[in-house]
Amino acid sequence: MNIILSDQDIGRIERSLDKMLSSSGAHCALLIDRSGQLISSSGDPSTLDVIALSALTAANFGATSEIARLLGEDEFALLFHKGKNENVHFSKIGTEFIMVTLFDDRTTLGLVRLRTEKVVHELREIFTEIMERNKGE
Amino acid sequence: MAFINFSSGEIQCKIIYYGPGLGGKTTNLRYIYDSTNDHIRGQLVSIDTKGDRTLFFDFLSLDLGKIRDYKIRVQLYTVPGQVHYDATRKLVLRGADGIVFVADSMRVQREKNIESLENMAINLKEKGIDATKIPLVLQYNKRDLEGSNIPILTIEEIERDLNAHFKAPFFTASALKGDGVFETLREISKLTVRDVSRKVLSKGQT
Ligand SMILES: Nc1nc2c(ncn2[C@@H]2O[C@H](COP(=O)(O)OP(=O)(O)OP(=O)(O)O)[C@@H](O)[C@H]2O)c(=O)[nH]1
Ligand SMILES: [Mg+2]
Repeated sequence: MNIILSDQDIGRIERSLDKMLSSSGAHCALLIDRSGQLISSSGDPSTLDVIALSALTAANFGATSEIARLLGEDEFALLFHKGKNENVHFSKIGTEFIMVTLFDDRTTLGLVRLRTEKVVHELREIFTEIMERNKGE
Repeated sequence: MAFINFSSGEIQCKIIYYGPGLGGKTTNLRYIYDSTNDHIRGQLVSIDTKGDRTLFFDFLSLDLGKIRDYKIRVQLYTVPGQVHYDATRKLVLRGADGIVFVADSMRVQREKNIESLENMAINLKEKGIDATKIPLVLQYNKRDLEGSNIPILTIEEIERDLNAHFKAPFFTASALKGDGVFETLREISKLTVRDVSRKVLSKGQT
């Protein structure tokens, strides 16, 4: 299965991510697929290697899902890592995609969760359309 | 799962180095990392047991320049070859667009090569991928041991063991010295990009 992204698709995804960033106070968002490839990013990753981050995130996410499955859980409701300065929040977009949100103490987990939940719906719709169009691969 | 981004003019694909434990998968990636300029590659990320055996994967992102008008970026991964890491191997295999199977030429590893190849076919099948259809290149590694006192398999033996069915392109290599490493990478990249573009073109979208 290959995914073809048009200018328009990328534009829509970026707008959704931008909107989420400005309303949540998070500073960077990445949209990646479950195999670890970066699709789109928004905000300021500063010196971060976003490509390596994407690969590691997908692996981490995959491992965590497997742990949930072994424990008889469907999935864990909250995936979040807290650091001294940086925090990372993960949201599942349908079955194939993940949104990674980076934020620091200028905002809160509560607000980030609220705003990401909203944009998850939007992104899920966008990707349903894209996948629909790419069917038959 | 390859991504074709019309907006940035980029094709991204995922290539996996598969094979038995200690076969030389990580050594391939290290050699590629060491011999490329940091303008075209990212960090080499390794999740391993203290710099030795791969626990989860190694990862290296590489720009291969342009094919036609598209920038080609490949994401190289290795799997952990040790038998008991099958669960993590499956995770890494997700969305693979092409595979390099690194076989160990050491005679004592003969069975391990065969087992690993069978394991690969099973794991791909679980993901709905037919091992005979996905772009595949075999690498017969550790050929530098030829002529040493360590018994190694002949090319004919490895071919019969592993490639009778696939008839995939193969390269002899010494990942340790670098022989055959880029030849292998070039071939799998070419096959993978060709496969991806063929699928895109067949849908009438160029
Ligand atoms: N002589 C020789 N040794 C090699 C060659 N390639 C790798 N090795 C050695 O074989 C050992 C294992 O190599 P790795 O690259 O770590 O093997 P791997 O396939 O990644 O193993 P796992 O991570 O356990 O799956 C190391 O000691 C390497 O130095 C080669 O071409 N020739
Ligand atoms: Mg390794």
